[in-house]
Amino acid sequence: MIERLAFLAGAARGLLNPEPAEREPDADDGVDPRRRDLPRDPRAELIVALLLIGAGLAGAGFAVALALDADTQVLGGLLGGALALMSAALILAGKRVVPQEVEVEERVPMVDREAERAVADDVTRARDGVSRRKLLAGAAGVAGVGLAAAAALPAASLGPGAGTLERSPWRRGIRLVTSDGKPLKATDIPLGGFDTAYPEGADPRELGSPVVVVHIAEGLRAFSKICTHAGCAVSLFRYPVSEETSSGPALVCPCHYSTFDVRHGGEPIFGPAVRALPTLPIAAADNGELRATGGLSASVGPSWWRVRRT
Amino acid sequence: MRRALLVLAAACGLMATVSAAAGGQQSAKPAANPAALANRGRTLFAQGCASCHGTDLRGRKGLGPSLRGAGAAAADFYLSTGRMPIDNPTDEPERTDPAYPRADIDALVAYVGSFGGPAIPRVDAARGDVGRGREQFTERCAGCHQVLARGGIVTGGSVPALDKSTATQIGEAVRVGPYLMPKFSAAQLDPHRLADLAAYVNYAKHPDDRGGWAICHIGPIPEGMVAWLLAGLVLLGVARLIGERAPR
Repeated sequence: MIERLAFLAGAARGLLNPEPAEREPDADDGVDPRRRDLPRDPRAELIVALLLIGAGLAGAGFAVALALDADTQVLGGLLGGALALMSAALILAGKRVVPQEVEVEERVPMVDREAERAVADDVTRARDGVSRRKLLAGAAGVAGVGLAAAAALPAASLGPGAGTLERSPWRRGIRLVTSDGKPLKATDIPLGGFDTAYPEGADPRELGSPVVVVHIAEGLRAFSKICTHAGCAVSLFRYPVSEETSSGPALVCPCHYSTFDVRHGGEPIFGPAVRALPTLPIAAADNGELRATGGLSASVGPSWWRVRRT
Repeated sequence: MRRALLVLAAACGLMATVSAAAGGQQSAKPAANPAALANRGRTLFAQGCASCHGTDLRGRKGLGPSLRGAGAAAADFYLSTGRMPIDNPTDEPERTDPAYPRADIDALVAYVGSFGGPAIPRVDAARGDVGRGREQFTERCAGCHQVLARGGIVTGGSVPALDKSTATQIGEAVRVGPYLMPKFSAAQLDPHRLADLAAYVNYAKHPDDRGGWAICHIGPIPEGMVAWLLAGLVLLGVARLIGERAPR
């Protein structure tokens, strides 16, 4: 015999439609969870409501903590706590608050309008066991709002706005400084060495700021440190002791191993990047300090789906 | 999958034992007679190194680079870490047991060093500051070596773990830039910062794992995968617990 079982969670519709109705006493044995008749259980409802409100508060707390730049442990605890409270509420509601109904639809007419309507009726009426509908609905609302805030806010940290990709603080004459603010000198970087530099006086966290300066046989070369594939920091520089028996000098991004040829204008030679690293023209002053002699050769940052090639 | 996990577990165990065994370190002692030592090094070099690096360290095309100017630091690094000699010149030199006893290494180091180049740096890890070392390490080294110095890869080569590196070898690698590694000048990493760096690398051999379970320090992404797997099991358990079986 082919049966189609419909497990009905009538909470949502029952909550929205609070007219009282009778229920057929079909539960002969309390063992079958499909035919469970739940008596009113205000205590369980209260606990569910409290759990939902807790989930909402934890979700909102996550949003606040994110805005306040709190510790990652705090963020994880709040978001995980919100989801755990939410699931605890749902489990308890499923076991103690929401009545269960079973309807059997005959197989032959695949869609039986009558049976459908009957099921829908049951769904609408299946709320005898629930007394504090408004409380539960309100608590569910709190949980929804809190979790929605927790889900929406991290989108703000998904990267820079499209406009900031075009901006770069590099201009002719700006000095290169190291991460501790000291001017970078040409003699600081030995042949086969590299260093990270920032434009003096500009925000080092701006995407267009960090450059990596490498010293190869042809001289010093400066490239944007932001990978043209996904915007990671290109922090790997390989420089062979003996190029005859190993690979040539290159900058490598640690995220997806895009590899850029430092001898040929930062052209990608391996990996998913399709666009050369933007180059920065630099020159050493008489005292050895490095200065930019122009801006970056191209806009900084990732190119999606091979759309932006320059 | 299971085999991969087993291999991973075995590798972790092996790494732990080896790093525990490699606690001691030897430092280069000044030789009694530098000229005699270099002379003996010359004989050893002709026997063991000249086939690739050429007579008088001039190098041979396609086999081995010239070692003039490589310095005592490079010679000591490659020989004391067992990276040289290698069988195939196109292989990446990898850390293994040294092929020469310490006395022979000293002789070879004296011979190669007599052609100029960086001397073996003195690195006093005991005076280094772990916190500052961590800053330097994350800024300059962790891109390749991973933040707890477990190594990784770069296109064209593999990056060694530093769990067996001595303070001296760390200093040598920083100045020499072995294989594909870049080198760092004293302006970038002065002796104090080098000591900090070595102190951090020593710390990273046995970090105090505040998070609790270290999972072999294999990095945040594989550690996250382990968390996912475990969470999946927990979820299955919870589903089993809250589910009810309908009677037939």
